[in-house]
Amino acid sequence: MPIPLLDIQGLTFEVDHHSILDRLDLAVQAGHIHALLGANGSGKTTLAYVLMGCEGYRPSAGRVRLGGTELLPLKMHERARLGLTLAWQEPARFEGVTVREYLSLGKPESNPEPALKQVGLDPDRYLTRRLDKALSGGERHRIELASVLSMKPKLAILDEPAAGIDMLSINHIIGIIRALKDAGGSVLLITHQEEVALIADRASQLCAGRIVFSGNPREAVDHFRGRTCVRCDGEVCGYVRP
Amino acid sequence: MSDLEQLMRVLPMVGAEPSILDDTGIAHVVAQGHHILSRRTVPGLRVELEETPGALIGHIVVEAGVAIAQPIHLCFGLTHPTGVQQIAIDVQVQEGAQARVLSHCLFPVAQSAQHRMQAVMTIGPGASLTYTEGHYHGPHGGMQVLPHATIKIGKGARYFSDFSLLSGSVGNLDIDYLVEVEEEGLAELSAKIFGHKTDRITLKESVILRGQRSRSLIKTRVVLEGDASAEITGITEAHAKGARGHVDCMEIVQGRAHASAVPIVKVFHPEAKVTHEAAIGSVDKKELETLMARGLNPEQAVELIVSGILR
Repeated sequence: MPIPLLDIQGLTFEVDHHSILDRLDLAVQAGHIHALLGANGSGKTTLAYVLMGCEGYRPSAGRVRLGGTELLPLKMHERARLGLTLAWQEPARFEGVTVREYLSLGKPESNPEPALKQVGLDPDRYLTRRLDKALSGGERHRIELASVLSMKPKLAILDEPAAGIDMLSINHIIGIIRALKDAGGSVLLITHQEEVALIADRASQLCAGRIVFSGNPREAVDHFRGRTCVRCDGEVCGYVRP
Repeated sequence: MSDLEQLMRVLPMVGAEPSILDDTGIAHVVAQGHHILSRRTVPGLRVELEETPGALIGHIVVEAGVAIAQPIHLCFGLTHPTGVQQIAIDVQVQEGAQARVLSHCLFPVAQSAQHRMQAVMTIGPGASLTYTEGHYHGPHGGMQVLPHATIKIGKGARYFSDFSLLSGSVGNLDIDYLVEVEEEGLAELSAKIFGHKTDRITLKESVILRGQRSRSLIKTRVVLEGDASAEITGITEAHAKGARGHVDCMEIVQGRAHASAVPIVKVFHPEAKVTHEAAIGSVDKKELETLMARGLNPEQAVELIVSGILR
């Protein structure tokens, strides 16, 4: 097995002595789309925030390496400059900031048009639009993905990238995720949607803060569907809440 | 360097170019203290300003049915560290007329100076006035600025105002606008202010929707840092059927700065409606983290968010 791009070992994150991530181990290979499945409350989004270094998400134990570099001592923007980024499930709105500015963050000389075209938005119509409430949820999601595309990250964490996207556009979103891989990047893909998860090279199931299954996406989806507990009571992962 | 040259040298700080003085198609008035340094008018526009020891007093009239193609530039300022500039002006945009006014208030070296504006604006039926006021106060923070205005908006008339004070130090700013809107009239008042150091900002904007189907929007964006403070009051009263008003106030507070926002809405007719939203706080955490996840450091991220809000 090659050295993984993202290597998580024993990652633990607690709130009020309650483990949200419980000695979690996970490896994402370079060039892979790695789907992360799990019920609501299983810790998927928390894992995304801990990896990105969001405020209030400092783990109590464990180590994380990205491309061999220890990630946890780094500040959020330093992690981003190392090649990690996160697309939020509910992307932020910015009053006054244009789509052009947002897609050119940190590199004002860059051309944001190709990324916008890749997500199916007409640059002539959208580059001067502002990232405010006037955009629909679907438009904002696409612009978020365009922003990730234009950043060309080593690893993009996409938290429910197809949430709020109409059924006809799901294939478009899938195309964008594949484009990230084609551009040489890797994707940690948090999703509830089977058709999205199945495009992954590998998938893992998260349950009560632990990875309880890793395998090919079909097996992972079947494993996830086969579980009967929503708040893990031991049937899936053996974890028993105190 | 003459007073005129000194004022023109800082004109770009508020987004205008000194070349406007040479353009015969652009009306302008430039005044230092109570002295008019340059003026030009265009057909359909009457500018009658009188220099007195205590104030500049006069009228600006856009004649009925006339659309002034180019913005009218009013450059007021002081070129000395101390002094008082008082302006009492009556602006009339007569029936069916249209005009845009760019008011440039320039106090590049002010250390202990005062700028007072008492304006009465009358927008006649079906007329339109866009009034944009930009200030530059230099770095010293010694300015006292008191723009007070009463604006009467006639039937079907439109009034748009945009006040911005974004560069230099504000000093003490006390804005007080009262706007009355008649039937099917429209008033949009926008203010953007960036306060630093010990700046004190008081902004009171009152809109009275008197006529049926009259409409208004008060939009305020204030960013404060250091020890600056702001008190923002947006008042909208709706008195007639179909009147609609909205007050939208956002204040970003950094450092030891503090702010208050007081939206007051009063409705006196069952078929009128006024809404308001007010937010005061630090820079939104999610916005900040989204930008940092794209590689901006915290300072760069705050700068982008603040510049967007004040745009």
